[in-house]
Amino acid sequence: MESSTTPQISALRKTPLNALHRRLGAKMVNFGGWDMPVEYPPSGGLITEHKAVRGSVGVFDVSHMGDIRIRSGKRPGGALEAVQHITMNDASKLAIGQAQYSAILYPDGTFVDDVIVHRLGEDDFLLVINAGTREKDINWVRENTKGFDRVVEELSDAYTQLAIQGPRAAEVVQKLTDVDLSGIKNYWFTHGTVCGLKNTLIARTGYTGEDGFEIYVPSDVATSERTWNQVIEAGRGFGIVPCGLGARNTLRLESKMALYGHEISDKINVWEAGLDRYCKMEKGDFIGRPALERAKAAGLTRTLVGIEMIDRGIARDEYCCCNEAGERIGVVTSGSPSPTLGKNIALAYVPPAYSALGMILYVEIRGQKYKARVVATPFYKRQKKAAAPQAR
Amino acid sequence: MAYPKSYRYTKEHEWIEVKGDLATIGITDHAQHELGDVVFVELPKPGAKIEAGKSFGTVESVKAVSEIYAPASGEVIEANGELQNKPETINNDPHGAAWLIRVRLTNAKGISDLMDAAAYEAYIAEKGKETSA
Repeated sequence: MESSTTPQISALRKTPLNALHRRLGAKMVNFGGWDMPVEYPPSGGLITEHKAVRGSVGVFDVSHMGDIRIRSGKRPGGALEAVQHITMNDASKLAIGQAQYSAILYPDGTFVDDVIVHRLGEDDFLLVINAGTREKDINWVRENTKGFDRVVEELSDAYTQLAIQGPRAAEVVQKLTDVDLSGIKNYWFTHGTVCGLKNTLIARTGYTGEDGFEIYVPSDVATSERTWNQVIEAGRGFGIVPCGLGARNTLRLESKMALYGHEISDKINVWEAGLDRYCKMEKGDFIGRPALERAKAAGLTRTLVGIEMIDRGIARDEYCCCNEAGERIGVVTSGSPSPTLGKNIALAYVPPAYSALGMILYVEIRGQKYKARVVATPFYKRQKKAAAPQAR
Repeated sequence: MAYPKSYRYTKEHEWIEVKGDLATIGITDHAQHELGDVVFVELPKPGAKIEAGKSFGTVESVKAVSEIYAPASGEVIEANGELQNKPETINNDPHGAAWLIRVRLTNAKGISDLMDAAAYEAYIAEKGKETSA
């Protein structure tokens, strides 16, 4: 989950760790109106960061992500009804302490945003949303849950959110908390003391395709910097590196995780994006459901596929896909060299007739056709130590 | 990294070293630093004509595509084939081993107007101030 839509805001927003990133020599970019680190050249840069997360551990500042809390009003059940109404996954299946990938939809079945829904209590939910869509999301949630007995609260600026990701992430975070992390399964969370901070939300979630944790600590600069430094210190023996949005993007792309404004948007519906397993039509009515029923009956006109370049060339976002005859048939939504695979990979929307594995397609790069083939996704899948049940 | 005194530099961050009617062209240390890890280079073949101010190839990092502009006009006599397999050389030795092309100049006019090392260093220092403001 990450947004790259750039609203017209003159002053860039900053996370509480902005000054620290600059001190570390990060290359900063405008990401959805936020001044964010894209990579940290002094500690090796994007590819080093990517490989650290795949091979050991890295830490990301993801405080630009937004947070919306929805609680029941006077009557129990109001919060769940509201969440069920505005999201496509089935939040009633969540135990307290469990999270699920979901999305907020427009009535036409396209995306307001993708979200992670955490069930904090029987009548208490936390939705983690994208940075670039914060205002849109909070307004949408407030407006569309008016008929329910609920209290909506935006907590985006209350937290500094750090993502500690990689196969050694659990060992690093374990050094900073007395909570037994082995008891937290993938897509579950708990509250506990981290770096001396009581009642900290510790979630086994992330956007990298690796094991990892996201922690939510108070957003004052002193606490934020102290926590970041303690994570770096705890990870020193594991070769931890600070990681920017560049590595975050290549990691999520290899794992075929959607990026708002790319694979999902207000012009793409759930079926096209291939997110069927997170959309629970049987749970009852929700915003977008009737349109999705009609869309299912009508059939797909395009679908998201993974492609791998055969010719030497890198497919980039918004490049056109062509068939053998040179007719434009689709578009690349995300494309990049894959540091893990050593290949150039991309996600693209193409008509279903071109989506079969092994199908040869062409990507138009600076006016030339470059050969590519449709491959299985995710491009990269981590080896799981034990079967960890996921919230679907 | 030092900017060789014998080179001339463009505002688009290419360098050119001229010896008689032959020239070697590359991108600057500043350019490779801005790009990040270089993963791909596309260069013209020997015989191709390049024209001052026009793009003659691309250098790509994981995140970005960057066009390379010709500091002068001429005919390509050699492209650095080593960069196909080792594009990261551009990050490691941009002013030396990672030269991009050698050309026979058809017109040396304008080269003396390009920046010398001192002017280029002042130019990128000024740019650095702008972006951090």
